[in-house]
Amino acid sequence: MKNIDLKKIPHISEITAQHGSFTGTPVKPKETFLERMGSKNKVVPSLEEAIRLSGLRDGMTISFHHHFRNGDYVVNMVVEQIAKMGIKNLTLAASSLTDIHAPLIEHIKNGVITHIETSGLRGKLAEEVSRGLMDFPIVFRSHGGRAAAIESGELHIDVAFLGAPSCDPYGNANGYNRDEENATCCGSLGYAKLDALHADKCVIITDHIVRFPNTPYGIPESNVDYVVKVDSIGDPKGIMSGATRFTKNPKELLIAKTAADVIEASGYFYDGFSMQMGSGGASLATARYLREKMIEKNIHARFALGGITGQIVEMHEEGLVDKILDVQSFDLIAANSLKNNRFHQQIDASVYASYLNRGAAVNELDFVVLSALEIDTDFNVNVMTGSDGVIRGAIGGHPDTAAGASLSIVVAPLTRGRIPTIVDKVNTIVTPGSVVDVVVTDQGVAVNPARPEIKELLEAAGLPVTTIEALRDRCTRIVGKPEPIKYKDRIVGVVMYRDNTVIDVIHEIDEE
Amino acid sequence: MKRLRRSMLFVPGNNPGMIRDAHIYGSDSIMFDLEDSVSINEKDAARFLVYNALSSLRYGNKELVVRINDLSSGLGIQDLEAIVRAKPDVIRLPKTECAQDVIDCEREIERIEREAGIPVGTTGMMAAIESGRGVLNAMEIAFASKRLIGIALGAEDYVTDLKTVRSDGTELFFARCMILNAARAAGIDALDTVYSDVNNEEGFIKEARLIRQLGFDGKSVINPRQIPPLHQVFMPSEKDLIKARAVIEAAEEAERRGSGVISLNGKMIDKPIVTRARYLLDLAEAASVTPVEEV
Repeated sequence: MKNIDLKKIPHISEITAQHGSFTGTPVKPKETFLERMGSKNKVVPSLEEAIRLSGLRDGMTISFHHHFRNGDYVVNMVVEQIAKMGIKNLTLAASSLTDIHAPLIEHIKNGVITHIETSGLRGKLAEEVSRGLMDFPIVFRSHGGRAAAIESGELHIDVAFLGAPSCDPYGNANGYNRDEENATCCGSLGYAKLDALHADKCVIITDHIVRFPNTPYGIPESNVDYVVKVDSIGDPKGIMSGATRFTKNPKELLIAKTAADVIEASGYFYDGFSMQMGSGGASLATARYLREKMIEKNIHARFALGGITGQIVEMHEEGLVDKILDVQSFDLIAANSLKNNRFHQQIDASVYASYLNRGAAVNELDFVVLSALEIDTDFNVNVMTGSDGVIRGAIGGHPDTAAGASLSIVVAPLTRGRIPTIVDKVNTIVTPGSVVDVVVTDQGVAVNPARPEIKELLEAAGLPVTTIEALRDRCTRIVGKPEPIKYKDRIVGVVMYRDNTVIDVIHEIDEE
Repeated sequence: MKRLRRSMLFVPGNNPGMIRDAHIYGSDSIMFDLEDSVSINEKDAARFLVYNALSSLRYGNKELVVRINDLSSGLGIQDLEAIVRAKPDVIRLPKTECAQDVIDCEREIERIEREAGIPVGTTGMMAAIESGRGVLNAMEIAFASKRLIGIALGAEDYVTDLKTVRSDGTELFFARCMILNAARAAGIDALDTVYSDVNNEEGFIKEARLIRQLGFDGKSVINPRQIPPLHQVFMPSEKDLIKARAVIEAAEEAERRGSGVISLNGKMIDKPIVTRARYLLDLAEAASVTPVEEV
């Protein structure tokens, strides 16, 4: 080392206060990279060890993602282990929960889980919650609302347990595997990324440890504390199907065709537009009709956002969609595209939809096509509770995209069996009517009176435009007026709007 | 405007969901089926379902047709007893072999109309021809009743009767021409058979073009997805429409002048050309409007 007299350097105390090296600077290694990777890694021998090392204790908040959908083993596995270790009173904050998480019922009864935050609930767990399983109401947040809650500290995550189909020993994790072809795969880790970034401790649970560097990664090692290898993180069949089935239901196709016609006539269909298609047969099918119009008119989309399907990927590969922003991949085609296509970008929940992120992609949308269980004459939308009052859905990005997009289109059949879709008051308000612009049904289109210019354009294009009240009347004429659902006073769920205000509450159902 | 019958949507009479939504797909006619799409142990359930649908649901301006079972089966008479009272536009008679089949059916319809206090003649009829004998008797069938609004080809039974199978349409050519000419002779509509391979849109369009070129008024469809391509085939070209409008203007001009002779650009226009022009404009109008029907 050269002998430098530090005192001769002017302003030395402002250049460096330490006057010495950082602590822990490593000595120059001599082993090969392969040898080092074995010794200095974050892999711990068991999930139990990871939980112990994370410092998890009573009353803390644990988080999970829902990229494995109904094939997820991680939530049940982790909570089971935590229960065995005797830790209690936890808040479980998942980006969403589904049918497969029914075992949580026992852990709620045993006091392991006392609070839940999620985008949605389905199956047995949802039914039990609706019957008053928990003392503390479930907090439902949209994907963008959850992102904002995490970023603002409103939702503080102590330990994130994040499943990943591949991870290197340093913690670089991904939603697919580049080293093996037939490994578990979920595509984007969009919701997990934000949890990893903000959690105090982050544990990656994987079934495939791959060699460093697992690039390009979804979650960087700098956000990861421990890595656990388990035999299986999920059931591939439940995680995703090969390709999102294209609906052949003529009613859904009719609705989709009308939605595409609405988009074309709305003024938001121009060369360089941006779009998102929600899940659900009709909204997904809208993409196919749009594609035909894009080819016919020789226009292309600048970007497609959201939950991404094979349909969007196909349009990207055909040159109809320049870029894909993917917070969640819906099928294997989408997941493989994320792996292989340069302009198919994985984004986190904040970049997707956070209320607090000025750069959120939802704010750049021209239009979004969304599904609904119920829509009322004020254009409020329910995607959460069924006609029996039981929780059976998820907010997802519904209010985020509706609020962000210049044109939000909600598609739904006028009736489902004997259940009316257009009603006086929705059961549960998830997306407020103030951000819902057009409702497309199989028996007519209604435009929010706040958007008279859209109504004019649709009428000029010869579309079957009517009023929301007329749709409701038609609905009532076909299926009649259902008896009001009986609820108890007790509140079992609180629906948060994306700005962190309470937009609605869900009551315990009264089955007596 | 004459009623268009470009498309007649088949709806199984025992499927409540499809019965309820049958009018949303834009077909010109809806045909509720009590015959081949309903299994024998569902016959009475389907009959009551269709009766109640016709009596209580609203289908806007769609033409409502009910295909009954043939009278010789014993089911047909029960179908008529129920359905005529629900006042559909048309009763479709299956497997029509000769004029007597139509006459027998009409007698029963008339009796039920009288019993139910429905003005006699309210219920229209159409006859489906589904055998070699029926095809050869197409002419007498077409003239058998004033109630007939059209005759139709039922190809599946017909090709079986001929000991062949459906292919490119060669096997149906004679029957189609017979039925079409018989219908035209009687001044009623000629309606083509179904195309059963729902997923083969290309094949469907090819067949639709063929029957349109032959002169058929329309075709039965078994899936709502077949309706838009079918209507597209019947949509006149812009060039034809411009010509048709000019012909109609010339005809109106001649009428104003009180002249029987219509001329356009120095050429004389015959009456058939005016009729055809009017038909083309009707087709175009039907395609251009998609109002929310008050149902």
